[in-house]
Amino acid sequence: MKSWMKTLCATALTGLPALALAAGAFEGDVTKQATNWHAIIMFFLFVAFTMGITYWASRRTRSASDFYTAGGGITGFQNGLAIAGDYMSAASFLGISAMVFDKGYDGLIYSIGFLVGWPVILFLVAERLRNLGKFTFADVASYRLQQTPVRTFAATGTLVVVALYLIAQMVGAGKLIQLLFGMSYSSAVILVGVLMVMYVTFGGMLATTWVQIIKAIILLGGASFMAFMVLATVGFSPEMMFQKAVAIHAKGAEIMAPGKADPIDSISLGLALMFGTAGLPHILMRFFTVSDAKEARKSVFYATGFIGYFYILTFIIGFGAIMLLLEQPSMMETVVKNGKEVTQLIGGSNMAAIHLANAVGGDLFLGFISAVAFATILAVVAGLALSGASAVSHDLYASVIKKGKANEADEIRVSKITTVVLGVVAILLGLLFEKQNIAFMVGLAFSIAASANFPVLFLSMFWKGLTTRGAVVGGFIGLISAVALIVMGPAVWVDVLKNETALFPYKNPAIFSITLAFVFTWLISVLDKSKSAVEEKAKFEAQFVRSMTGIGAAGASKH
Amino acid sequence: MNEDILTRVQSNPKFKELVHKRTRLGWQLSILMLAIYYGFILVLAFAPNVLGASLSGGTTTVGIPVGIFIIISAFVLTGIYVRKANTEFDQLNQQIVEDAKQ
Repeated sequence: MKSWMKTLCATALTGLPALALAAGAFEGDVTKQATNWHAIIMFFLFVAFTMGITYWASRRTRSASDFYTAGGGITGFQNGLAIAGDYMSAASFLGISAMVFDKGYDGLIYSIGFLVGWPVILFLVAERLRNLGKFTFADVASYRLQQTPVRTFAATGTLVVVALYLIAQMVGAGKLIQLLFGMSYSSAVILVGVLMVMYVTFGGMLATTWVQIIKAIILLGGASFMAFMVLATVGFSPEMMFQKAVAIHAKGAEIMAPGKADPIDSISLGLALMFGTAGLPHILMRFFTVSDAKEARKSVFYATGFIGYFYILTFIIGFGAIMLLLEQPSMMETVVKNGKEVTQLIGGSNMAAIHLANAVGGDLFLGFISAVAFATILAVVAGLALSGASAVSHDLYASVIKKGKANEADEIRVSKITTVVLGVVAILLGLLFEKQNIAFMVGLAFSIAASANFPVLFLSMFWKGLTTRGAVVGGFIGLISAVALIVMGPAVWVDVLKNETALFPYKNPAIFSITLAFVFTWLISVLDKSKSAVEEKAKFEAQFVRSMTGIGAAGASKH
Repeated sequence: MNEDILTRVQSNPKFKELVHKRTRLGWQLSILMLAIYYGFILVLAFAPNVLGASLSGGTTTVGIPVGIFIIISAFVLTGIYVRKANTEFDQLNQQIVEDAKQ
């Protein structure tokens, strides 16, 4: 397993996708930098503005539907931006541009993996999801199955994914802010936790969505400006940019070609990225914020466009960083890694985009981009917290404990309490994991989403034969096998637990755990001859008609 | 949804047409996207030199336009589906919903 797979694993892969700040530089100790006032002032402007929005949103958030789904009144275009915002995280922005900076072409391969799940979500899942669900993906999975076991499973899947993500985000935020703002780790973690709780408890989904939309716009604007300035230095000739980069980069022409990869690991990674996206609770819940299937479809179209455009920008930014930073001695530092002296970019490769901002736009633009990176984390954790809170209040409290008889005010109250608890837990975990190697966590979250949430969700909509027993057993097998294989694999067994060799040879277990989940869900369902299984199969027709036509689906609430 | 509406929708030939058309397009485009992506992954895994070869003699390699092509194809395929679904399929769907109310 060499080259690009190795980078993925060492850096972002194991912190696979988009949202983690898993990459190398944030794992070890980082040196606190001088206080960056431009960045701090711009960040506080962002916070002040988004708090204004939260106040506005809080006055419009009354019902449970307002709280969970912004009343279903978000348009397809707005939702497309919000989804893209969830995807264009600090890790995508800093991590992928860093990968391009280090490895060239392999960074592009990685970003393509993130993108191609979206069309498939649109073609197969999006409109059925919108037509069947109300607040959470468990609404869909449990549509014709028994509420208690299926929702308990779905809530477990959601909370595990959310917790792993939150840890990765909190630790990433703490380290990033130390580097960018010169604030201390613990104050950064507490700040992120407190702001996250405020957005969600006061503003609900409406505020969470608008924070994400605003962030997406400023991030796309900032990245466009950087890519434009990079291309301007080479007379808008990509060939010229590649020539210059190849001449400067230590790897030379290798940065223009893919590295060697293990086929099983590559395919497994592809599966985790593609189907993991379709199983992430905080992404799935965004489909309920639009009024109907038509708007849900449009959301994915716009999101795919924005995300694709963004990845092209990060590719240019990575090459721009090679061209404009590598020959600047003032941008480099020498550090000791594993007993060897290494010359690297100040703060590590993850800072490539940040330093490039300085190189093309000066101190003020550097401050702007730093503030954007922090705002990105905030927007993403707010979405995660809301998703975790919905799983507890809507799935566990209202449906499992109260058997669907909870009153709405109580349900919202439980949601808000859960958000506060999640905020406290996130802060504590963030502080606890400061010195831990957390690179595997988002990878684990993606694998779980792909192996537990996705198979159950998919089969519930597509396969008449699915029964409660099959869904719960198969789903938990997917969850447990994803966790076990990652723990026994190189990312945890060797890198975290410091054993010599891994018990399981692949970094990406998805190809195995997804298969296990599907096989067992099918097998147990087929073997299930209970009376309830017969009833559940009989209810499929009505579910199918609703999923196709939207008859009976939850619509937008009017204010 | 009550039994009446359910049987009315199910027996409506327009419903069968909608299900057939939409399902077919959805799977066709999904398979196309999967073929493009996993074709790319297989080339990466078994013949990476193809992508590393120079495009028309310069520094730019074949892999660069291929990568950009995949990104654009994802966008274009979603566009094709949304266009078709938001016009033709939704119109058909609207008729089914109207028919079911009577």
